[in-house]
Amino acid sequence: MLNCTKAPFLVNFSHLLIVPVNRQICRSQDWDRAQYPTGDRRLKVMSPLLEVQDLHVYYQTARGPVKAVNGVSFEVRVGERYGLIGESGSGKSTIALAILRLIKPPGQIVSGRILLDGVDLLGLSEEEMRQQRLASVALVTQGAMNSLNPVIRIRDLIADGLSNHGVRMSAREIQTHIADLLARVGLRSEVAGMYPHELSGGMKQRVCIAIAISLRPRLIIADEPTSALDVVVQRQVMQTLRKVQEELGAAVILIGHDMGLMAQFADRMGVVYAGRQVEEGGVEELFAQPKHPYSQLLMASLPTLEEKGVFQEAQGAPPSMLDLPTGCVFHPRCPYVMERCTLEEPQLQMVWSGHRAACHLLDGDRSLDRSVAQIQEDISS
Amino acid sequence: MTALLEARDVTKIFRSGFIARKETTALEDFSLRIDPEQPCITAVVGESGSGKTTMARLLLGLELPTKGDVLYKGQPLARMKRHEWLQFRRDVQAVFQDPFEVYNPFYRVDHVLEVPIDKFGLAQSKAERRSLMVRALDAVGLRPEETLGRFPHQLSGGQRQRIMVARALLLKPRLIIADEPVSMIDASLRATVLDNLRKLNEQFGISIIYITHDLTTAYQIGHNIVVLYRGSVAEAGDVRLVVKEPQHPYTQLLCGSIPLPDPSRPWREQPMPSEIARQAKEDRGCKFATRCPHTFEPCLEKAPPLFHTDAHRAAACYLYRQDVALAGDEMDSIFIAMEGEVARR
Repeated sequence: MLNCTKAPFLVNFSHLLIVPVNRQICRSQDWDRAQYPTGDRRLKVMSPLLEVQDLHVYYQTARGPVKAVNGVSFEVRVGERYGLIGESGSGKSTIALAILRLIKPPGQIVSGRILLDGVDLLGLSEEEMRQQRLASVALVTQGAMNSLNPVIRIRDLIADGLSNHGVRMSAREIQTHIADLLARVGLRSEVAGMYPHELSGGMKQRVCIAIAISLRPRLIIADEPTSALDVVVQRQVMQTLRKVQEELGAAVILIGHDMGLMAQFADRMGVVYAGRQVEEGGVEELFAQPKHPYSQLLMASLPTLEEKGVFQEAQGAPPSMLDLPTGCVFHPRCPYVMERCTLEEPQLQMVWSGHRAACHLLDGDRSLDRSVAQIQEDISS
Repeated sequence: MTALLEARDVTKIFRSGFIARKETTALEDFSLRIDPEQPCITAVVGESGSGKTTMARLLLGLELPTKGDVLYKGQPLARMKRHEWLQFRRDVQAVFQDPFEVYNPFYRVDHVLEVPIDKFGLAQSKAERRSLMVRALDAVGLRPEETLGRFPHQLSGGQRQRIMVARALLLKPRLIIADEPVSMIDASLRATVLDNLRKLNEQFGISIIYITHDLTTAYQIGHNIVVLYRGSVAEAGDVRLVVKEPQHPYTQLLCGSIPLPDPSRPWREQPMPSEIARQAKEDRGCKFATRCPHTFEPCLEKAPPLFHTDAHRAAACYLYRQDVALAGDEMDSIFIAMEGEVARR
């Protein structure tokens, strides 16, 4: 921390004495030479960056374990924008925290594997994991703007992360790096000398993005990054995130419940319900032809600007995580429920290449290819 | 005809700072009439800091205007007597944003329904009180046996917000001011709360002021809309006109920023402010001039009045200066009236 603030009476020689270990990370000229290929949203390189395999995260309570994440598997490819959508309490934020290994007791990662670039994050020691955070996986949270320490200038907030990860740079290098980071998120360089309260919510959220990208992570997890901002600022922040993500070639996991934002931002998305992943696919396909009844319900209950006064009430409430229904977790709310759904839990199965859904209807004769109007009719009847 | 509630040229200035006095104008020369004969849903939209919550607090009498008056049945709120306040507190109800904070976690949810019944002496016996509560919960589509007797944390955000709507309904109000009632609720549960509000308007003839930053829901339930920008009305009128074909550059920016749930219709590029916009001053001329792609000389000089651009719409922008300018308090004259007969109470 003190390395970079440069107190007036102390001359800081530390940068001369210590061999620069991580210096190459932050040279600004490297930034634009994209290290990872990016480009058309459909043509991402297919190698997985992050693999989450059969993840189970439980919160132990007096009344038994709350199965917040109950067997979720997905992968995120290099440079991809992956969306995770679900209602509050569906376990989507817990997935984010599990990837960063930030689950606190009574929460516990019960089983599963999380591979980042082939490294099993769950097998790392606490110190090794600390090195991975921010440097490889960065998090931008919902109220991130309120997480900025109010008595520390923006400059020092950013430098803090750098020094904590062993980046040795001269004060001048740090200055230029910070100015560069701020420019990347569309902020003036004067912002570096300001305190968080002098900035608006959108600016603070952009500072958080600047901190998140300060060590060039390969994966940025954005957990409802704009839920407290209004539409105009939301769009600016999301476009900033997309710009830096493309420049860095990093992958982003966007977590949220706003279908509109997902449609605008993500390449692929997964739908989470009661700790289970019920569907996954490319954004275009998922919006055009949702296969799982829950995704269909989500699509049908969207307020649109097309028609006025059409409300599709989503019937029922998500189940209690303490007492999950048997069989398919969605069956109590499902308009197409069959006897089999109450007995047997459906597994994710391929609908077509790149699109998976967990529903027994996919086995049977009943076609799930319904138009939104038909779905609305089915739900209301 | 006296309006039920009327804001007349209301300005609210917040002063802060001890040595260097700083003034923030939250709302400037705002006028709005709520006509009890024409119950309709008026949506008020704007970004954070546009003055929408200040407007709600002024209308609820929680804040007194710096200039201008808020009148309840022709009486300024500031000079009302105790029994008039009591009547006002019954007629005008509020639903607030956060369905978590309004509950005391130590009480069962029945408490928030019992208090107004007892305060206003609506029920003579416990059985009567119970039946009032049951009827109010039924009206918002909640099953009383599943709701009453529970603690707030046992209910979802949507259910809690619907109980707040039920509480407002208990008092048979004439006007409900809902300040961001769905912004903290899951998207899939929003529809039910909004549907409740719309039913209250249609079935019980209650006027509703729906404050939000979400243009989509404003469009869904509103009849009329008022778009606020930094304390002034940018555009107002029939919601279908304003949202579908916005005229004011700010409304255009707002509508263009909505993330449409359709991957094939991405966000369009935001137009850049014009050259002359750099000369615009924050405190003079049109407030949007610094960000507007169409800024020209008149915008820098004087704030534009509302120009009557359509039968049911007005926009405060000099692009429409060939149209007739409205006086500040004439804004509601352009609002559409509710169609058809509204069931009276």
